Amino acid sequence: MTENALDTAGRKAAAATAAGESAVPAGNSSTGGPGPSTVAGPPPGVGGRPPRPTLGRRALGLADSLWRPALVLAAFFAAWWFVAAQEYVPNYLVPTPVQVWTTMTDQWSELARHTLVTLYETVVGFVLAAALGLAAAVAIAYSRTLDKALYPIVLFAQVIPKIAIAPLLVVWFGLGFTPKIILAVLIAFFPVVISGVAGLRSTDPELLDLAATMGAGPWRTFRKIRFPNALPHLMAGLKVAVTLAVVGAVVGEFVGASEGLGYVLLLANGNLDSALLFADLILMSGIGIVLFVLVEIAEALLIPWHASRRAGVPLTTS
Amino acid sequence: MTAAPARAGTAIGMSGLTVRFSSRRSQTTALDDVSLDIEPGEFVTIVGPSGCGKSTLLKIVAGLVRPTSGEVSLLDRPVKGPQKEIGFVFQKAALLEWRGARANILLQAEMRGMDRAQAARRADELIEMTGLTGFEKALPHELSGGMQQRVALCRALLHSPPVLLMDEPFGALDALTREQMNAELHRIWRETGTTVVLVTHSIAEAVFLGTRVVVMSARPGRIIRTFPVELPAHRDYAQVMSDPRFDRLATDLRGLLGSAAANH
Ligand SMILES: Nc1ncnc2c1ncn2[C@@H]1O[C@H](COP(=O)(O)OP(=O)(O)OP(=O)(O)O)[C@@H](O)[C@H]1O
Ligand SMILES: [Mg+2]
Repeated sequence: MTENALDTAGRKAAAATAAGESAVPAGNSSTGGPGPSTVAGPPPGVGGRPPRPTLGRRALGLADSLWRPALVLAAFFAAWWFVAAQEYVPNYLVPTPVQVWTTMTDQWSELARHTLVTLYETVVGFVLAAALGLAAAVAIAYSRTLDKALYPIVLFAQVIPKIAIAPLLVVWFGLGFTPKIILAVLIAFFPVVISGVAGLRSTDPELLDLAATMGAGPWRTFRKIRFPNALPHLMAGLKVAVTLAVVGAVVGEFVGASEGLGYVLLLANGNLDSALLFADLILMSGIGIVLFVLVEIAEALLIPWHASRRAGVPLTTS
Repeated sequence: MTAAPARAGTAIGMSGLTVRFSSRRSQTTALDDVSLDIEPGEFVTIVGPSGCGKSTLLKIVAGLVRPTSGEVSLLDRPVKGPQKEIGFVFQKAALLEWRGARANILLQAEMRGMDRAQAARRADELIEMTGLTGFEKALPHELSGGMQQRVALCRALLHSPPVLLMDEPFGALDALTREQMNAELHRIWRETGTTVVLVTHSIAEAVFLGTRVVVMSARPGRIIRTFPVELPAHRDYAQVMSDPRFDRLATDLRGLLGSAAANH
């Protein structure tokens, strides 16, 4: 009875996880189009499987999943424009969309430079966090000693408000890129470790038994079984991490910087320049969205079979 | 690649195997003093009530579970860790969800570092033989349970192992496919001379395939009796089913299994 319940739970967990290696044609993946969900298949030897959806159908699927949020956004902009244009709220507090747009185009060269600075800090921080986080996850998943020594510390360190470390980092490393990158790494590290450990631990023990009867060493078992199996978990963690990395970089800039979107935000705030403030906010969100979508795309390419099992919209944290 | 059919010594030797699983709350004796010798080329089928330790027994032979006491040997060598001279078909298909059927079969070759071209040819033969043609690229979730199990069987046969351990491999198949697979497995066994140990809940399967049927008791698992199967080495499914010797053995087994379960 309990045995069965456990078994089912395990299988569900396994189904919810697992991951991709090549060998699989990019199928009805991220678009969540109306592709075939299951193919029970005709009796042995008879025929093949229905074709995967074409590019056109995938584009249709994408459009289908995007028009609703687009409509909501459009409604939001209309409301904003209406409120600001009618001056229900004073203009120095809420500028009109047109004012924001003009600010953005007028100061584009300056803003672009600051955006690149923040983007650079974010990407470097994210990549470092991903690499270090994965390494830590592997160490924790493979070594009982490290699991016992390191994991509690990683969990506990999460309690420290990392934003509060920012001033200290500026004192130590000055006003350059370093403190921002370190802060981004510190914030983005945690979700990578947690998801990596969860993914690596989710391997079906039977698969590990199987690997043992195939005489495979730990490296092959890792490469062919444990790592691909951990990928869906890991990608979910990376999606969280990439948005957190933006937060890290911007907060680092708040505390002490001479460039970057966080620095511009403080300036605009000081000058009560709400149009610049809004433009800056939009650029920050843009960085987050673009990086998030890039990770989504990487996910769709790495684990197409997983995306194909996930019903619905492409832009979701699985 | 094919195993030598006539080999001196024993393929599998078990003596006094006892296995206890203890957790904080309880202690289970899964196997109690099990001894069994299996000759090379034999096809031994094991039947017994659910939970009597059949899966555990296979895992001990494969070196995946360490017995609490007792000795096991495989191909005349003591089993100390996981064994690789075997093909193992697990009770669940245990496929990699991200690989297509063919790639799942070829996992065996990749993990062993076998010759790629040769393994690919063998995989195609096995796919053809088990009726998986047309589904080479299908992912496990796109396959029926029976097809998944056939993929697992192909994977276990890819390297032509001298010993094949199978844990209810056809449990998920419909009756007709199951008969076909039985006949197929019988043919493979005859042609390769592989030693096979197969766990099953089907009395018909146990008798049709086995040269010897081992009956186990409910927990703690013991061997109650072993029956030699007095049927020709070369068997035809329809013929066997209508053979009076088959009927007699099946009736005996049913009676014994009934009492084994009732005693519990
Ligand atoms: N890893 C384990 N830890 C604790 N108990 C276990 C473990 N593996 C098996 N058992 C127990 O050992 C007993 C035998 O299990 P086993 O899986 O070998 O049975 P089985 O004969 O294969 O049953 P079935 O026919 O249902 O597959 C069961 O009572 C089971 O609960
Ligand atoms: Mg079992």
